[in-house]
Amino acid sequence: MKTNAVNLIEQEWILPGNRTCPGCALSLAYRHTLKALEGQCIVTVPASCATVLHGMYPITAVNVPCVNTPFASTGASATGLVAGLKALGKKGITVLAFAGDGGTHDIGIQSLSGAAERQNDFIYMCYDNEGYMNTGNQRSGSTPLGAVSGTTPVLGKQQYQKDMTAIMEAHGLPYVATCSASYPLDLYEKVKKARTIEGTRFIHVHTPCPPGWLFPFSDTIRIGEMAVETGLVVLYEIEDGIFRLTSASESLALKGGTLQPVREYFISQGRFKTITEEQIDELQNWVNARWKHCLHRATNL
Amino acid sequence: MTSKLVGIESSLAVSEAVKLANVDVIAAYPITPQTHIVESLAEMVANGDLDAEYIPVESEHSAMSACLGSSAVGARTFTSTASQGLILMHEVLLVAASLRLPIVMAVANRALSGPLNIWGDHSDAMITRDSGWIQIFVENGQQAFDQTLCAFRIAEHKDVLLPTIINIDGFHISHVIEPIYFLDQQTVNEFLPPYKHPYALDPDTPVTIGCFAGPNLYTESMKALDSALRESKKVILETWQKFGEITGRQYKPVEKYKTENADTILITMGSYSENAMMTIDKMQSEGKKVGLVRLRLWRPFPYEEIVEAISGVKNVIVLDRAISLGGPAPVCSEIRAALYATEKKPQIVSIVGGLGGRDISPADFITIVELGIEKIKSGKTEETIMFGVRE
Repeated sequence: MKTNAVNLIEQEWILPGNRTCPGCALSLAYRHTLKALEGQCIVTVPASCATVLHGMYPITAVNVPCVNTPFASTGASATGLVAGLKALGKKGITVLAFAGDGGTHDIGIQSLSGAAERQNDFIYMCYDNEGYMNTGNQRSGSTPLGAVSGTTPVLGKQQYQKDMTAIMEAHGLPYVATCSASYPLDLYEKVKKARTIEGTRFIHVHTPCPPGWLFPFSDTIRIGEMAVETGLVVLYEIEDGIFRLTSASESLALKGGTLQPVREYFISQGRFKTITEEQIDELQNWVNARWKHCLHRATNL
Repeated sequence: MTSKLVGIESSLAVSEAVKLANVDVIAAYPITPQTHIVESLAEMVANGDLDAEYIPVESEHSAMSACLGSSAVGARTFTSTASQGLILMHEVLLVAASLRLPIVMAVANRALSGPLNIWGDHSDAMITRDSGWIQIFVENGQQAFDQTLCAFRIAEHKDVLLPTIINIDGFHISHVIEPIYFLDQQTVNEFLPPYKHPYALDPDTPVTIGCFAGPNLYTESMKALDSALRESKKVILETWQKFGEITGRQYKPVEKYKTENADTILITMGSYSENAMMTIDKMQSEGKKVGLVRLRLWRPFPYEEIVEAISGVKNVIVLDRAISLGGPAPVCSEIRAALYATEKKPQIVSIVGGLGGRDISPADFITIVELGIEKIKSGKTEETIMFGVRE
């Protein structure tokens, strides 16, 4: 039976009163991830917004065991957790690495790549708020073209985002998927599936950030939806090399595959205040080409 | 107890000790002069001689990160490194100590770049001084074997729970083939029973470890860690006492060699102590009043023992195999600090030598002692002597 809002597991592993900003998409993504794992996990978290969510000593808002590691350590620490559990004969515990885009695309890429190449048995989830939001919004390898940040002032970033999911797919992983915090049931299903698969599993989650992206706290879900409707974020999964569109991206494709223009998305956020018409056109072309590629690849249409 | 004498390279003896310790997880990256240790462990795991998880990580940073993970779930964990590898681990070393994870690591001490140099000195250990790890120095392969076993028992003791480094001089110890007494498995099992970390991560008893602490708690965290490290000396002494009862090999934080009646004492650490002993024998046979003090325990620093060993002596000459650029040599600096509050302060001379694998022969030690005494006579003890430097 497909999960819906009615039959979704009621138990919570993120307790009320965590330290995230209002409208934080990361807490939503994390909440549904822990539900899908039913708390039977050990989490490794590098220095990031998730550290803040977890709370300040001696209080934590999260009811699963967690080790906070140095920024570049996430993938390797997950390897160690897995090896330790295996050596001690402990079964049925999923190791979850939960890192932001800075900790994944940039400083953590080596230890993640190493662990993935070794096919170590854990789920790596990258919650992508497209910048170093915990330090007040600086550019990362995942900051989009045209976005203004603390280190891409005035003109905005001049380069495209790094396609981390494609990089991880190239490691030959048994499961990679993209999600959005705006589609929590899709995320829930993917984590549930990933839980049953052995090897390194990579899940990318788009998590809009109101204070970093400069939009009202109440608009988080809508911004995430717009990213999917415009094709800037495509929801898919690749299981043993088989590519499937899922959730809203699948529906879009089945309804004829027409995307909303990207312009609306850029207008909705203060970080794109200096994006140029040429950049919007360039991004529209990029989105169109990628969407076409996804439609071509999808095996479930 | 049965004890077998084996001719073996010291690195392989360390691996044998790790195997006897029945380690659960090894995560390591190759670096000269440590590589033989992890290669032989990989072989033991592949052959089925050692039932452990061997993780061939992609860097030392990841090696220590993986050790952090495996130790956090309560697995007995070992790694080995040297030089650049050790300093690449650095940020994780400090976290491992603060998380109270009893990881054991053999460091085949080697110089730091640059210039790139693969040979031995103590630069890597010295730059790791303040990381919160227990640090023990050894002088030969037998001690490397013994102290590797002791390290697990010390690190995992419920009153300690601190990571521990055994410093094994690169090449001068790591690559030397020596006759070494091995212990049998039963003796090791009795000396080193299985351990259970009291706060191992487990979904049934969820805790967060390593979360952030503000200005109101950071100081207290540091105080707690510092106290744990200082108080670990009690367990270190107990462990060495017990080990001595089993093997007859006695270890102390500060070890004296023919210091009775000496008015000049040379202080060394690590493998060069053995050459220094030969020199002391020779000089004493010539009627010179020279003795040797060897520092075994580097962290926690054995203040009382060093004061007991050298206060009242006229001259002290400290050999450091590391340089603190722009400051006093690290071992000498500690010894001066330890002696400052005592009434009968010796004159202390600092000598830096043996850097980047440069040998110090027994004949050189005679020169070192003479240079030291000369320096004291000249009254310029504040100057550090760079031994053997070509200017």
